[in-house]
Amino acid sequence: MAAEAGETAEQAPARGVGARLLRREDERYLRGRGRFIADMRLTGMLELAFVRSPLAHGRLVRIAKPEGSEERVFAPDDLEGVSGIRADSGLPGFRSSVQPILAGDKVRHVGEPVVACLAETRALAEDLAETVEVEFEELPAVHDMLRARDREASLLHEHWDENAFLETAVDSGFEAAIDGAAAVVTRTYRTARQCMAPLEGRGCLAVWDRQLEQLTLHSSTQMPHIVRTGLAGCLGLDHGQVRVVAPDVGGGFGYKGILLAEEVCAAWLAIRLDRPVRWIEDRREHLIAGANCREHHYEVTGYAAADGELLAVDCRAIVDSGAYSIYPFSACLEAAQVASILPGPYRLRGYRCRTWSVCTNKPPILPFRGVARTGVCFAMELTLDALARELGIAPEEIRRRNLPGPTEMPFTNITNKYFDSGDYPEALRRAVEALDLEGLRARQRRLAESGARRRLGVGLAMFCEQGAHGTSVYHGWGIPMVPGFEQATARLTPDGGLELRVGVQSHGQGMETTLAQVAFEELGVDPARVKLVHGDTALTPYSTGTWGSRCAVMAGGAVAAASAALAGRVRAIAGHLLQAAPEEVVLADGWARAGGGEISLEEVARTWYLKPQLLPPDVDPRGLEATEGYKTVKDTGTFSYACHAVAVEVDLDLGQVALTDYVIVEDAGTMINPLVVDGQVLGGAVQGIGTALFEEMPFDSAGQPLASTLADYHLPVAADLPAIRILHMETPSPLSRFGQKGIGESGAIGPPAAIANAVNDALAPLGAELAEIPLTPERVLRALAAAEARRGPGRGPAGARAAS
Amino acid sequence: MKSAPFDYLAADDLADAGALLREGGKPVAGNQSLGPMLNLRLVRPGRLVDLSGLPELRRVEEREDCVRLGAAITHAEIEDGEAADPTGGWLRAAAAGIAYRAVRNRGTLGGSLAHADPAADWVIVMTGLCATALLAGPEGARRVPLEDFVTGPFATALGEGEILTAVEVPRPGRGARWGYWKFARQVGEFAKASAAVLVDREAGRLRCAVGALGRQPLLLDDPAGLIEGRVDPGEALRRALPERAVEDLALHVTALRRALEAATA
Repeated sequence: MAAEAGETAEQAPARGVGARLLRREDERYLRGRGRFIADMRLTGMLELAFVRSPLAHGRLVRIAKPEGSEERVFAPDDLEGVSGIRADSGLPGFRSSVQPILAGDKVRHVGEPVVACLAETRALAEDLAETVEVEFEELPAVHDMLRARDREASLLHEHWDENAFLETAVDSGFEAAIDGAAAVVTRTYRTARQCMAPLEGRGCLAVWDRQLEQLTLHSSTQMPHIVRTGLAGCLGLDHGQVRVVAPDVGGGFGYKGILLAEEVCAAWLAIRLDRPVRWIEDRREHLIAGANCREHHYEVTGYAAADGELLAVDCRAIVDSGAYSIYPFSACLEAAQVASILPGPYRLRGYRCRTWSVCTNKPPILPFRGVARTGVCFAMELTLDALARELGIAPEEIRRRNLPGPTEMPFTNITNKYFDSGDYPEALRRAVEALDLEGLRARQRRLAESGARRRLGVGLAMFCEQGAHGTSVYHGWGIPMVPGFEQATARLTPDGGLELRVGVQSHGQGMETTLAQVAFEELGVDPARVKLVHGDTALTPYSTGTWGSRCAVMAGGAVAAASAALAGRVRAIAGHLLQAAPEEVVLADGWARAGGGEISLEEVARTWYLKPQLLPPDVDPRGLEATEGYKTVKDTGTFSYACHAVAVEVDLDLGQVALTDYVIVEDAGTMINPLVVDGQVLGGAVQGIGTALFEEMPFDSAGQPLASTLADYHLPVAADLPAIRILHMETPSPLSRFGQKGIGESGAIGPPAAIANAVNDALAPLGAELAEIPLTPERVLRALAAAEARRGPGRGPAGARAAS
Repeated sequence: MKSAPFDYLAADDLADAGALLREGGKPVAGNQSLGPMLNLRLVRPGRLVDLSGLPELRRVEEREDCVRLGAAITHAEIEDGEAADPTGGWLRAAAAGIAYRAVRNRGTLGGSLAHADPAADWVIVMTGLCATALLAGPEGARRVPLEDFVTGPFATALGEGEILTAVEVPRPGRGARWGYWKFARQVGEFAKASAAVLVDREAGRLRCAVGALGRQPLLLDDPAGLIEGRVDPGEALRRALPERAVEDLALHVTALRRALEAATA
């Protein structure tokens, strides 16, 4: 925002909330000067490699270690005093699993760690691992989530009665709502299993300190405090004996929001051997043992009135939850979330949903950026388009018809989600306008009539993203981690600088910049003089960490609260020194000013720390360090939302989908830093495009993963991407400190739905429709061939040339 | 993903390389295909003999009717025009489309041909251009036309101890046309289907080659008919590969059609 004439530079809002400050952390990231786990090297350090299960399902029969390897090779039985990882839910009917640190009597997915091998280098550790003999008795693998609950399916956890963690059901006036439906469409949707593929994989370095009797686990994690709690539990240590430190972390996305068996193992080994032990996940390990997200299956029936009013939705959803429930998120999280968020922002009269979190011989599912929303948005938005086609109305029209308007805010939807603020129809309108939908429709017709073997399509997706939701939302799950107050510490240093200490962890979110901007609002300290301390359990307040699009709201609110408390104490001292009342003191640009006098914050700090003789007699003895806790006004979460609008061109001979334009209209409430919001939205959108078009980990019937290198597992690359245009709306949230809303996951939610709708829009005149992602050329060609077979040979435009 | 141990030997010249290979060892140049296979422990050669620095393989000879490109010339050197291109840009364009720049910086022409991945660019391009492979071995030197050099998926005519030293690319005649088209879904990927069409009437060279078929490039037997539009590309492919399902050839038909369009439009 430009400063108005006459305004002094100090008053211009160039550094506080709303400023487009460049991210200060980028200085080291872009120059390759970050410090990641793989950059850390300690004297005497051993590298860890695992013998991993080659089978999806089997009984462990025998392990033969090479001779003389007692201090270097560790089998499951060697891990004395270590407990497996438990992450139970208190929801009725939940079946509980224990994930072993090294495989117990059974292995339950390919890539499960079985034996730990240590050597001076990773290469030597891998050589050693090859000399370990492990014998298994193979068991039938459960590889298909649709068959997992069959009576004849082999049981992963043999004390269970079926391969399912949890079944849920909701019914909200469904039967009564479907009477008089003019259109009823039923579709089966499927989303592929994915790997999150952060640039930096997982990794940890465990060190035992004999003097402190303390283990330090340096870990590439999003939630150091939760890892500490989980790790202390598994190792039987006091929290005081465990410190977890996250250095620079190269992307998380949920993949680093758990306690890993590998890090428990590394920690135990470091204590047992009294030597630093490091494990660095390589890409192959990631693709095989870390193929752990997004695999959903839906049967959805949508009911609509003739005017497009959505009457009801009926859904049966299955989520492939993999082999174990992992800490701290339980395996049922994703499927049960499907039930609560499928209706999204739309008005509905009736709703029914049953879900199953099924257990299969695959890596345990983790919540990936957007969690269940990406799948849910895909299922719901494709259903809307199918209804629109059935009714002969435009996709933008059916959405407009069913979205709550700004006067209906706050809006409580059919699953009791509380939409705090926003103008959803306006986001839709702007997206349609920015994409030039009218112009595209004309081009679409011209191209189809030209006889070209290409078709143009347009797709829309509307969705919301609940962020920073707290205790009231999560306690009902009965899971090991429920978020409460978020805390931050603000400390003025003797030189007038500011230290902020937060329990969340910044790994690409730009918090070293945005939280400094928040503090600037309260204290007027130049963001360049703010040091964010994060990622270290010894230095920061306890926090559930970075997940659920919560940091801008929760850590932002906590930093504001701590900074405000600190500002009060600074004003008291400065007022005394300036002979003014504290409430007259204005803090700006590193100075305290009152009544024409001014004193630097550095002088105020020096007075507290080093010249206490000058302090007022009634000074607050807690000094220039304040820790405050923060909760939103109502902890149901902020609802950011967006409309993704995309234009595609489909090559009918190749099945290739090219994105020719992409518009995102999003509302993150008040933006603390619009550049950071753009970065989050863009990065998320690219991951969503990966989900839509490329990423897929197939498994064969033996449960073997079939894409174990990046030559087979396809990630989106720059050349696949259009220039994504982002348009902002800024409807403040009434719930958060500055009106900001969580936006970190948003971008990854919309692309599969918008792109699939666009492809279906392009192919609808040919009778082809896709309902499974990624939209690979093979799937597109199969859909075209199936449509042609239905039409009969030689009839219709697709048959004309494909038969030649 | 760390390689099993191996010995690394860098050969000084062709004779040295021949001697080292006779003692056993796997030749390597740009290491762009072998490297990942080593790291995945899919191959475990006891030793590698590095040919990338051999002066005989780094040479480019411009002759009246052809250019001989040394086998250790990199894709990037061809792309950048540092190595002569007798075709007036066709080689440069093909090189620029290989994988991505990091691979092109190190990957070599000879390495790619000797590896003989059915989906690789040079395998189909050099076959389409009527190039000849020059081989040196214990029995002396010999010349093998590209269509006979690649004998199957990842299989070549290279004998025991033989080294691919250069590729001879003929200069096209006046008015010659060329079409090379491949379908790689993303930049950097191997092709799912590819085709090369050469129309060089002055030199009497007409060629329609189809690649990425999981075998050596397929040379269709009536190129003139295809080029003149008398033969349907789909029909030609189905006739040539009657054992393949029609739908498995669909992308290749499209590749051939688009290469023909590029060469004749």
